[in-house]
Amino acid sequence: MSEWRYWFAEQRGTLLALGIFILMFIVYTANHPAGFNANVVQTASNKGVLLAFIAMAQTLVVITAGIDLSVGMIFLLTNCLASWIVVGNPFETTLGVVGVLVVGALCGALNGAIVIYGRLQPIVATIATGAVYFGLALLLRPTPGGSVNEDLADALTSKLFGFMPASLMALIVIVLVVWVPFSRSVYGRAAYASGSSEVAAYMSGMPIKRGKFLAYTLGGLLAAIGGLFLTFFTYTGDAAYASGNAYTLFSIAAVVLGGVSLYGGKGSAIGAIFGAFAFRTIGDLLFVFDFDALWQPLFQGVVLLLAVSLGAFALFRVRNRLEWFG
Amino acid sequence: MQTGQAEPLFRMEGISKRYGGVTALEDASLTLRAGRIHALLGENGAGKSTLIKVMSGVVAPDEGRMIFDGRDVSFASPAAANDAGIVCIFQELSLIPDLSVADNIIVSDPPMRFGMIDRATQRKLAEDALARAGASDIHPSALVKDLPLSRRQMVEIAKALARKPRILILDEATSALTAADVKKVIDVLKRLRDEGLALLYISHRMHEIAELADDCTVFRNGNYVATYKAGTKTDDEVVELMIGREYNHVFPPKPVRQVDQPPVLECQGLGWIGRLRDISFAVRPGEVVGLGGLDGQGQRELLLALFGVLRGTTGEVKVDGKPEMISSPSKARGAKCGMALIPEDRKTEGLMLPMTVRENLSFAALDRVSNAFGIIDTAKENALIDEMVKLLAIRTAGVDIPVGALSGGNQQKVVIAKWLMRQPRIILLNDPTRGIDVGTKQEIYQLLRRLADDGAAIIFYSTDYDELIGCCDRVLVLYDGEVKRELAGDEINVHNLIASALNISTAEAAARVGGRA
Repeated sequence: MSEWRYWFAEQRGTLLALGIFILMFIVYTANHPAGFNANVVQTASNKGVLLAFIAMAQTLVVITAGIDLSVGMIFLLTNCLASWIVVGNPFETTLGVVGVLVVGALCGALNGAIVIYGRLQPIVATIATGAVYFGLALLLRPTPGGSVNEDLADALTSKLFGFMPASLMALIVIVLVVWVPFSRSVYGRAAYASGSSEVAAYMSGMPIKRGKFLAYTLGGLLAAIGGLFLTFFTYTGDAAYASGNAYTLFSIAAVVLGGVSLYGGKGSAIGAIFGAFAFRTIGDLLFVFDFDALWQPLFQGVVLLLAVSLGAFALFRVRNRLEWFG
Repeated sequence: MQTGQAEPLFRMEGISKRYGGVTALEDASLTLRAGRIHALLGENGAGKSTLIKVMSGVVAPDEGRMIFDGRDVSFASPAAANDAGIVCIFQELSLIPDLSVADNIIVSDPPMRFGMIDRATQRKLAEDALARAGASDIHPSALVKDLPLSRRQMVEIAKALARKPRILILDEATSALTAADVKKVIDVLKRLRDEGLALLYISHRMHEIAELADDCTVFRNGNYVATYKAGTKTDDEVVELMIGREYNHVFPPKPVRQVDQPPVLECQGLGWIGRLRDISFAVRPGEVVGLGGLDGQGQRELLLALFGVLRGTTGEVKVDGKPEMISSPSKARGAKCGMALIPEDRKTEGLMLPMTVRENLSFAALDRVSNAFGIIDTAKENALIDEMVKLLAIRTAGVDIPVGALSGGNQQKVVIAKWLMRQPRIILLNDPTRGIDVGTKQEIYQLLRRLADDGAAIIFYSTDYDELIGCCDRVLVLYDGEVKRELAGDEINVHNLIASALNISTAEAAARVGGRA
């Protein structure tokens, strides 16, 4: 029994996000004219996975007590790049996909190098690199355009076996091959540890620099996967500044909704994924209840505030007021 | 020392370490042997902490050599020392709060399977380590931050054992433990000794040292003093070895105390989550009351409690004879209480380094130099600032340069001046002279006495015994969050301060208090 208690305590943030999402999704499908069917799920999945990938990317960096304000721009840059190179025969397309992923990982690695070895604050470093990545995206696609291998795009945005959205399947695969190994590796643990208490991690002889570097690099990789999917959905590359910024800010919201602590050291990418889906569902809810779309930002803000307040109760237990500022 | 004894496992010779102009260790040496427990003794600032930091790779020595297993060694990081087999349990915990107990214990070299951490095996290893440390009651899946301090300390010990050390260093590792845990730890340490480890044990609890140690080494002022076999010296002789700081300060004369005035601050049965226990005392205007004892016995918490920083304190605090609920620093400094706290770490708690001397001086007193609409009266502000700069002889190129550009001593003067601008009646000082030059120290001693003569009540925590002797009318010696002794007048001497700080009753101390301790 007590085993469950510890597991539950550890997963509390993730479970809360899952609960919020399920609740919202049930209300959504119950009021949807078509009800709960494969098409509704597929649409929801395709809308949600983009933010889910970006939120996973953000989680990796936030765990180290950093923040990545360039994720949205890596997302745009890889989208624009994909609209040039993910084309042609299967071999060329594969090369293109690999190229996009490598560029994303390099963007993340550059962020990590600047933060870890240059000792700049993450917020400043990633604002700067984000501007650079957006600049590159703009050079690649001054106006929206380009194309993508449509066979691949359609395959990854359709349904498998008639009910399973392929995009959701892809998300699960990425979780299994990127997130799970990372979180259970020595480097992943070092990333958590350095976010929780960098001094203690150093004193314990953990590989904190390599752990953080890997976290930033994988963050770039995940943002690039998001960029690929954006290309699959839209068939074009578009350096849309507002969209990049929105994804960056929404990724932070999703991460917080998903129970990941912005102070670092706590939370999981799986929670952030549910946070992302929950955040996306807010818009759908307004739609089925016939609210004007103008209400969406306001409601997203209210839901976010409520979720964050749940996590702030621990402050009432602090016995030394100086710890409020620690 | 003994005939037929094997080569020592570890030896350090001629180790020196300086921080800026301050010498922390000078030509220190130490010898550890396998299968023995070696106790390290010395008062605050004797160099114990620096010595073990050098041993465990946290700081690099400026001079000297270390010989481990017959080979010269040097460690670039704690990890390097760990790999060599030297593991230190630090006083400040090295646990990662958001990770589980098992993750923390097996932190350095977890078992791997398919490139990932094998959690089942890790858990078993953690359980073994906890069992060896005598702490099987701790669940390996619990998060460290949810454990109470004493349990965390046991996890720390289990973590050290899991690294299979050959030399284990314990720096005040029992200070947070309950009596039952201390007994378990002592049994564990004896078993480790029998298994052939060399242990270096640092504690302020003399009875633990008496029970555990085979050899003892005394340090003083960063210098090696003596090594002796445990049990060959009396407590009195040990205290004498620890005394011997050079007197090079001049203190202002202490006036005859006026006992007829009512106390301005009274404290009755003050407590806080087990870290402060039943503390009662009173301070009259014009008095300088010192807080003594080894570092970390609750002195800092006492000052924070009086200043309204701690929540959930028990007991009563009276100002001018009236009970006051002091619930925040802004209330503590208000007109009713008139308190000021000169913090320990001026860089984080006292000053905003990039801001100017003027701004820093004005922060605490803005309400006094502004009008009813909250607009600052610049003329009034300037006059007050000029007065303070003169009073404290702050050496600065002007009041509009960043305070970070001043020397440490002058920065500390700014912190003090900032609070004097409010003309406080009760002044709390938390080790205000740590790390500042001798000249400035003298000026601060003079200032304290002058403030007291003008009617302020002063509570002065210092880790430097000379300061307590030279400055204070009375000294309260704290041990484990309790006032163990109150010294007044001629009783305030080094011998009594050290003996009561270690909570031992030496012949002299026993004679004076009639066997109370």
